[in-house]
Amino acid sequence: MSVNTAEIEQPALKRKDFVSDQVIRWCPGCGDYSILAQVQKTFPELGHRKEQIVFISGIGCASRFPYYMNTYGFHTIHGRATTVATGVKLANPDLSVWVVTGDGDGLSIGANHLVHLLRRNLDINILLVNNRIYGLTKGQYSPTSEPGKKTKSTPFGSVDRPLNPPAFALGSAGTFIARSLDVEGKHLQKMLAAAYQHKGTSFLEIYQNCLIFNDNAFVDLSEKPHKLEHQLLLEDGQPMLFGEGHNKGIRMDGHRPVVVDLEQDGFSVDDVVVHDKSDKMLALMLSELTYMPDFPTPLGIIYQEQQDTYEELVHRQIEAAVEQLGKGDLQALLHEGHTWIVD
Amino acid sequence: MSETKKGSKKNVETLEQVTIRFAGDSGDGMQLTGHQFTDTTALVGNDLATLPDFPAEIRAPAGSLAGVSSFQIQFSSREIQTPGDHPDVLVAMNPAALKVHLSDLRSNGTIIVNAANFNKRNLQLSGWDSNPLEDGQTLVDYKLIDVDMTRLVGEALSDMGLPPKIIARSTNMFALGLLYWMYSRPMDTTIKFIETKFKSRPEIVEANKRALQAGFNFGYTTEEISTSYVVLKAKKPAGTYRNIMGNQALAMGLVAAANLNGLRLFFSGYPITPASDILHILSGYKHFRVLTFQAEDEIAAVTSTIGAAYAGALAVTATSGPGMALKSEAMGLAISAELPLVAINVQRGGPSTGMPTKTEQSDLFQAMYGRNGESPIVVLAAATPADCFNTAYEACRIAIEHMIPVILLSDGYLGSGSEPWLLPDIDALPPIKNHKVTDSNGEFYPFDFIDQEAMARGWAVPGTPALEHRIGGLEKDSRTGNVSGDYDNHQQMVDRRAQKVAVVARNIPLATIHGDDSSELLVLGWGSTYGAIRAAVDSARKQGYSVSQLHLRHLNPFPSNLGELLLRFPKIIVPEINSGQLTRIIRAEFLVDANVLSKVSGKPFFPSEIEERIIQILGEK
Repeated sequence: MSVNTAEIEQPALKRKDFVSDQVIRWCPGCGDYSILAQVQKTFPELGHRKEQIVFISGIGCASRFPYYMNTYGFHTIHGRATTVATGVKLANPDLSVWVVTGDGDGLSIGANHLVHLLRRNLDINILLVNNRIYGLTKGQYSPTSEPGKKTKSTPFGSVDRPLNPPAFALGSAGTFIARSLDVEGKHLQKMLAAAYQHKGTSFLEIYQNCLIFNDNAFVDLSEKPHKLEHQLLLEDGQPMLFGEGHNKGIRMDGHRPVVVDLEQDGFSVDDVVVHDKSDKMLALMLSELTYMPDFPTPLGIIYQEQQDTYEELVHRQIEAAVEQLGKGDLQALLHEGHTWIVD
Repeated sequence: MSETKKGSKKNVETLEQVTIRFAGDSGDGMQLTGHQFTDTTALVGNDLATLPDFPAEIRAPAGSLAGVSSFQIQFSSREIQTPGDHPDVLVAMNPAALKVHLSDLRSNGTIIVNAANFNKRNLQLSGWDSNPLEDGQTLVDYKLIDVDMTRLVGEALSDMGLPPKIIARSTNMFALGLLYWMYSRPMDTTIKFIETKFKSRPEIVEANKRALQAGFNFGYTTEEISTSYVVLKAKKPAGTYRNIMGNQALAMGLVAAANLNGLRLFFSGYPITPASDILHILSGYKHFRVLTFQAEDEIAAVTSTIGAAYAGALAVTATSGPGMALKSEAMGLAISAELPLVAINVQRGGPSTGMPTKTEQSDLFQAMYGRNGESPIVVLAAATPADCFNTAYEACRIAIEHMIPVILLSDGYLGSGSEPWLLPDIDALPPIKNHKVTDSNGEFYPFDFIDQEAMARGWAVPGTPALEHRIGGLEKDSRTGNVSGDYDNHQQMVDRRAQKVAVVARNIPLATIHGDDSSELLVLGWGSTYGAIRAAVDSARKQGYSVSQLHLRHLNPFPSNLGELLLRFPKIIVPEINSGQLTRIIRAEFLVDANVLSKVSGKPFFPSEIEERIIQILGEK
């Protein structure tokens, strides 16, 4: 959301101002609790008026989110949060619109709409909560589940190939693509703020642990000590380092990424590729690391570019038409073309 | 009545009404020709009604039966209701057009053909064993005017050095010019049209103008035609008129509803025949600050509309049957969330992809019942092309005043058909009261009624301070809107949603009867059958039959006096372009012995078909 009058002249809001009176009904220990907490912690910092914020969701565990935020909220139907949000944002571009969706809601039944929201680039923030499973329907494999996964609907193992969310977003001409993790509170807060500040569609994938149906799906990323080996924390302008004491890095061998051990392989930090979030080729490479064995998983802003937003272009065109043709006159409209008079 | 035209040896005869059908290949420009004849006829002051009919394929193989496109117009010096059933004149630009349409022509009707196109290949393509122009049999019951239009146009353009393709493409203007002469119409409207349309290509302007004039001159000089005709101005109520197509009128009705009532019009659609025109037209109204959104699919179209309604716009989507099927889950959300929106279904032939360019009224059940759960909805239907304006305005009024979604049924026949429209006094349109809430006055409960009578909750749009609240498709508490799994609450909400539709009956006009308040037979109708029923009933009444007409705009809820009116009539028939959908609803609702007169061929009713049934029921006189 861009700077507007909603950001000034208001009493400072606190975390509790964003907490609704509804009892939260997620399973104890669900990663969604942490995500909700980080959102409620971050929002006072953003300084946006509460009544100007709308949370819109589809169907799924994470889609209960709007009920727990003391802002405007709309819990819609499966897969369509993105399109409802599009209508809201077009009708009132001043609103800060947030979509909360999941790997089933956003990437299966609602994948079509997600493509089109991303390519149109409305200034809407998408939180794609990815737990690689269908939780609310009690444990079927999802479009991001790993091959061979045994679930209720795949007792012999899934033969589906998983979808790669950041690559999907890049392929859809997304202008802000980032990833974070439910348990990395500070990192998630930083990503939420960055998504908010990005003018255009922000696609923030949040890995989330479903301890009932897919526990430990991201355990390598969430627990010490191995998380250091598996998290590639991206910083714009910084070399892509990871591991204990940043002892490893990503080096480009031609167009191919390789992991180098700075202590053993004879390479220095200068050989490590520097992250440039405006570089689409680099973003494509980083997206591909998602499922590549022996590589760390990128977290942070993978890609960002600045483009006009859809709602700006739409409203600009309307104002230009008013300027050019004059404000529409209903009487004149009815009488346009050939008319005749009967006495 | 007959007289001789000045300077001509020809007779001039006055006729009360004429039906002409233009037919040719999809690429022959028959729609354009028909529209031109219509515009001119409207300005002459005749009453008129039109019926375009074209294939779903953009360009089916040239010369084939599948590629025939036609445009029918009836015009008259008295009030008329339909585009006519059996044409008096058939313009057939090729053998396929003659093959497809000949059987509709009235006996002794006139056939005008472009003889140049009756070659061996075209005859074969369209399945003629012999050349009907020459076999001395096929056309004996008709008056044939066969003209080598291609040669005559070629001669008229001979000094221009144009390729044969351009010459062939100008033959429709020749036919139009000939008909202008035959029916004594001025050519200036069409000349102006040609000059504007082809502004950047002066040689095309010249070619078309010359072809038009050549056709007119041919009529004047040829000995094949001995008479020209005059159809006098129709006596119609005083006022300013324009000719209007249904989809155009719908678009204007929506703009009027937004514009006169301080609301922003948001319209989202996905291209679909025959509803796309509404999207096209509204996209051109940006200076009215209309927001149009071409969505990625039908579901996105309706759900973005729901989003816009939630954010405070007058939100509308339009589609046709298959698209409506895709929107049905979302319509349930709009019902559950009690948001005001209008979903327009310009019905076409079904099921599945069906007959995209043909008309049908077969989505009434879909509108009434096509959603999961107990999900009643308000349903309206437009009766004529011009009536689409009023019905669109009415649909918006009900949606906004009752905080409820409304389905508006139109159809292909109304959408692309046209008639003269007495332009309304916009100041006389009823003001629409919305329920926007700006102040909580203490506690705010989003599902409390702000208008008890209308059972309308407050429209607390995002951006309004202190009214933050959550809504959704899960069952909700009847006051707070919070998720509720309570059994009693669910029963209460199911009843509430039914009641919300029912109370709309208090806010709509009573049904009225055309004819006698009670007679032997009532012809009950809805939607686009209006004109054919009116013509049939009037004709039967003239012959002394005891028959009346009742036509419904409001299909859910029905006008509150409908049951009482129906009981006055011992017999009721319901002409419908479906297998009896309204009939079944009426029988179930009022326990009356209503019987369907069904036709589901893709064509509208002819008045004669309804009149025959009336006479059959009431007995020959």
